[in-house]
Parts: sequence; C-alpha cells; structure tokens
Amino acid sequence: MAETPDSADLSATMYDARREPGAASGAAAAGGTTDVSLRPEPAIDVGVTAGRIDAAAVVARLAGSGAVGALVTFTGYCRDEGGRLRALELEHYPGMAEKQIEKIAREAAARWPLLGCAALHRYGLIAPGEEIVLVACSSSHRAAAFEAASFLMDYMKTAAPFWKREHLVDGTTGGWVEAKDTDDAAADRWHRL
Amino acid sequence: MRLAYFAWVRERIGIAEEEVVLPAGVETVGDLLYWLKGRGETYDAALQAPEIIRVAINHEHVDHSEPLAGAKEVAIFPPMTGG
Repeated sequence: MAETPDSADLSATMYDARREPGAASGAAAAGGTTDVSLRPEPAIDVGVTAGRIDAAAVVARLAGSGAVGALVTFTGYCRDEGGRLRALELEHYPGMAEKQIEKIAREAAARWPLLGCAALHRYGLIAPGEEIVLVACSSSHRAAAFEAASFLMDYMKTAAPFWKREHLVDGTTGGWVEAKDTDDAAADRWHRL
Repeated sequence: MRLAYFAWVRERIGIAEEEVVLPAGVETVGDLLYWLKGRGETYDAALQAPEIIRVAINHEHVDHSEPLAGAKEVAIFPPMTGG
C-alpha cells in the first residue's frame, strides 16, 4: 500500500527503543551490556468480558507507582450512528481472543519501555454510549506510552478475533460491520523492516 | 479436525462448528477452503471470495499457504472488526 503523508509522519516520530542511548539491541550490537530482556517485566492486564470495563480501576492500578511519569488510556465507545443504532453485538472467538490480546500486549511491552499495560475488550450486546474497548499504557515518559497505546489499538482492531454486528432501533438486525482498509493500513505502519 | 466458523462465515454456512475428516490431497489452508467451498451451496456462499477469508490454526493467525499438519482446530472467519 502507498504510504500516506499521515503514516509517513507517524513512522518518522515513532519511538524506537533501539535508538535510545544504551538501550536494547543498539547497545548489544555495540558490545554494551544493556539488553531489553533486563527491563523489569511490566504488569500486563488483559482480558475479554461481557460486563462493563471499570476504566477508573485500571487507571488506579497503572498509575499507582512512583516510577510512572506518563499514563495514556484510550477508550472506544459504541456510537448511536445518528440515532439509527440500538446496540452493537460483538461476537468473539473465546480462547483465541484472550490469547491474541495477550500476545499484542506482550509485543507492545517488548517494543516500548512500559511499566504497565492493560488491554480489555467487551463482547455481547453493547449499547450506544457504553465502552467497547480500553487500552492503557504507563511508562516513565509520554512518547512510549502514547505510541504503545496506539499500537495496541491498531492490533486490537485487526488481529483480535472480534466481529461487530449492528442492531437497529426498529428492532431489526442490521449487517456485519465491514473491515476498513484504513485499519489495516494503521496496523501496517508498525511493521519493521 | 475441528472446524469453527465465526460472524458471517458462520451464518452463511449455518453451523458454528463441525468435525471433518480431510480427503487425501487437502494439505494446506488454501486446499481446505477450496474443498469446503465445493461441499454445498451454503459453503459456496460463505467462501465465494476465499482471498478475503482469515484463518487461524490452534488459535494463531496463519496464511493460506500454511500446512494443516498438526492442526486440531481450524477457525475460518471474515476480517476482524473489533476495537
């Protein structure tokens, strides 16, 4: 896919642990002793749930340490689509959904120096105004937290096995929501050569 | 081998899962999709554009060129739309 000016911009500003002085593979290649594997394991909190997600509780868990200088959270909500929608139904693949979300979170924790990371996704019927998904990343500094949260969301949309179907206010079941090329493009911009 | 279907693939085929015994010659994910498509109208409706269909073996995403050897559960579904 042709790179858009937007995605070019984003990749130019992407945090890369390898460019940090003394960090990860850069130091390893130069014979340094710092290795990404020596970073403290961040607390990872992932899951799927039919119930509501308590964003305040997630924030409290991730922000509670003196080492945290930045916490980024993203919440995705169900829209009413101009009053047309009664609910979104989220179908998921039990077992694989949890596994893929955990894999995405571990990848984020391997690529950015996170202190904590949460990725929670709901399934079942979700009413307009309710949350569908929450991701949160804490770090010493904001760049890693912003970028890891953005990475998590891009992969939650394209690699976690969930499918949305519309339920309309007139009582009928609408169609399955179509996947967007822009979501694939957003995920693709994180690929490394 | 267990097959699991999701979203509109599940709806069009009309069942959520089934056990199948693969005929000789069905060795990759692509072979499986082609074989399933020929099993009847409902399968044909679900798999009319096999190139957009996503597949997971034992809960991991795979390409259509992936061999089926060792697969216990193969899931077949449309592009994902969560988040």
